[in-house]
Amino acid sequence: MAFSALPRPHMPAPQPVAVTKVNSLPPAEKQNLPFSRVRTGEVGDQIFKYAMLLCGSAVLGMLVLIVYELVLRSGPSWHAFGFKFFAGHDWDPVNEQFGAVPFIYGTLVSSLLALVIAVPLSIGVAVFTTEMCPPALRAPLSFFVELLAAIPSVVYGLWAIFVLIPILTNYVGPFLGKTLGWTGLFTGPFYGVSMLAAGIILAIMIVPIISSISREVLMVVPQHQREAVLALGATRWEMIRMGVLRNARAGIMGAIILGLGRALGETIAVTMVIGNRPEIARSLFAPGYTMASVLANEFSEATGDIYLSALIEIGLALFLVTIVVNALARLLVWTVTRGQPSRANA
Amino acid sequence: MPDTTLHAERPIALHRRVTDKVMTGLAVLTVILVLAPLFAIFAYLVYRGVGSINWAFLTQTPKPVGEAGGGMANAIVGSAFMLGLASLIGVPLGIGAGIYLAEYGRNRYGDAIRFTADVLNGVPSIVIGIVAYAIVVLSQKHFSALAGGVALAFMMIPTISRTTEEMLLLVPQALREAAYGLGIPRWRTTLSITLRTATSGVVTGIMLAFARVAGETAPLLFTALGNQFWNVRVNQPTAALPLQIYTYALSPYDDWHRQAWAGALVLIILIVTAVTAVRLAVRRGTFGAA
Repeated sequence: MAFSALPRPHMPAPQPVAVTKVNSLPPAEKQNLPFSRVRTGEVGDQIFKYAMLLCGSAVLGMLVLIVYELVLRSGPSWHAFGFKFFAGHDWDPVNEQFGAVPFIYGTLVSSLLALVIAVPLSIGVAVFTTEMCPPALRAPLSFFVELLAAIPSVVYGLWAIFVLIPILTNYVGPFLGKTLGWTGLFTGPFYGVSMLAAGIILAIMIVPIISSISREVLMVVPQHQREAVLALGATRWEMIRMGVLRNARAGIMGAIILGLGRALGETIAVTMVIGNRPEIARSLFAPGYTMASVLANEFSEATGDIYLSALIEIGLALFLVTIVVNALARLLVWTVTRGQPSRANA
Repeated sequence: MPDTTLHAERPIALHRRVTDKVMTGLAVLTVILVLAPLFAIFAYLVYRGVGSINWAFLTQTPKPVGEAGGGMANAIVGSAFMLGLASLIGVPLGIGAGIYLAEYGRNRYGDAIRFTADVLNGVPSIVIGIVAYAIVVLSQKHFSALAGGVALAFMMIPTISRTTEEMLLLVPQALREAAYGLGIPRWRTTLSITLRTATSGVVTGIMLAFARVAGETAPLLFTALGNQFWNVRVNQPTAALPLQIYTYALSPYDDWHRQAWAGALVLIILIVTAVTAVRLAVRRGTFGAA
């Protein structure tokens, strides 16, 4: 970093050579490249630059296209229900009554449950890999955690149906009911497919993203912060708590919010285990439904314009929420990984 | 305070030492808890999958409900077909956007593109599916492989553009200057020198994007839809491996569950081998300028 910040050695600007050249090149004052003066090169450069600009703009175009299509197609539903869409509890395609509350509730609860489980685990893994583990273990550990991120969603769902849910119904469910039943969160019949199962599988899926970004954030905490705390006689944990975690708070927050964004939009694995019933229940043992799963289940069979439009409106809401969440998270992570080191070096 | 300076030997209070040990223990515990599902998934996948993969599974199309046997050959081919379509659209656009960001994009417009790409990365895949449905399926009037390919391409472009940019920025500036010094035009420098130098990184980025979308189910649900038969036409519904696994996993038939496990194993193996093969090829330098 310090190297790239060094001032470039001053070079005298190349003198115009157009006068001495025999061919009739146009004056080159508009060129920003001092060395390529061949005419074909100039034209080629312009074409190339604009072609690349076009590709780059395609990324912006994609965003515009997504917003345009979602807004356009959800119009009929918006006109029919207005804000009531986000306050109604009924989801009744037969009578064309659509309210999104059960789905919003399911998405929020399953994602928050996932965060409650995943955040301590991810931060633990990040702290262990950056601060505690022997250097030889560091690379394989990161590799294994990244491998978790490479497993397709549908495989998680498959595993959850045939392995996780039997474990939950046979061991975890009865245990939770006995010890924590009084909270009201773990009551009622437990058939496996439930909010709880969705939360757990989501937690497994978002651990890699939270822990890998937290690790990046922890690694840019300047070494002298650690040394300063150690020099005061701190134990290793005190050093981590005061010297590392405190400095990395904003970035870890960003990592958590990115994980939240992933959890909110996760579709297939959740759809396979959550039970897909549009009801609001306090117990985590009860089945639920999320915004993404209702799209997965009903979109291709939606008959009638208003039904389809209502589903697309749910998609639009999901899109807007994830955009806001992701933008927020990116800003937080950027302030740490880009802002902080330069300030620390100054 | 001259008295306290040399007391480094003073023992640290017991509760602080205990907290330190407890916290270290907890950190190790979190690592175990996180890695346990990973190994459980792979172990179970191999355990259930290996017994179910056979020649029929790899060469036949699905049998009707209730009839044992059959396979997922059409889904494997369908997945490859749609991934090919997606790459055809997504790779050039993604690399182009990456080149723009790295070579011309040191400005606010570039920042806007960068931020958009990062944010698009987080858009739920099911929403991308809706958009592909709205653009392709509604205009073609039926589900198609093209719609699936477009959806997957949408998911590849942000990843590819950002990794391409990062890799191009790693190429030393001196290399570009050397090329300019030889009178090579800038576009030629970018393609034959910069991109060429960064090939292995760029291809790795492409493979990461590829591996990510290869397992995607959500954006294909209502674009490619799935198909019980062979299809290699762009405008027809197409089977895909993740879709088939999804359908079979939720079915009540044991034979289909078995095939779902086999399909999942094949999917993971395909993803892992594709990534490793390309990495090896790149290391040997057999690839051209991407």
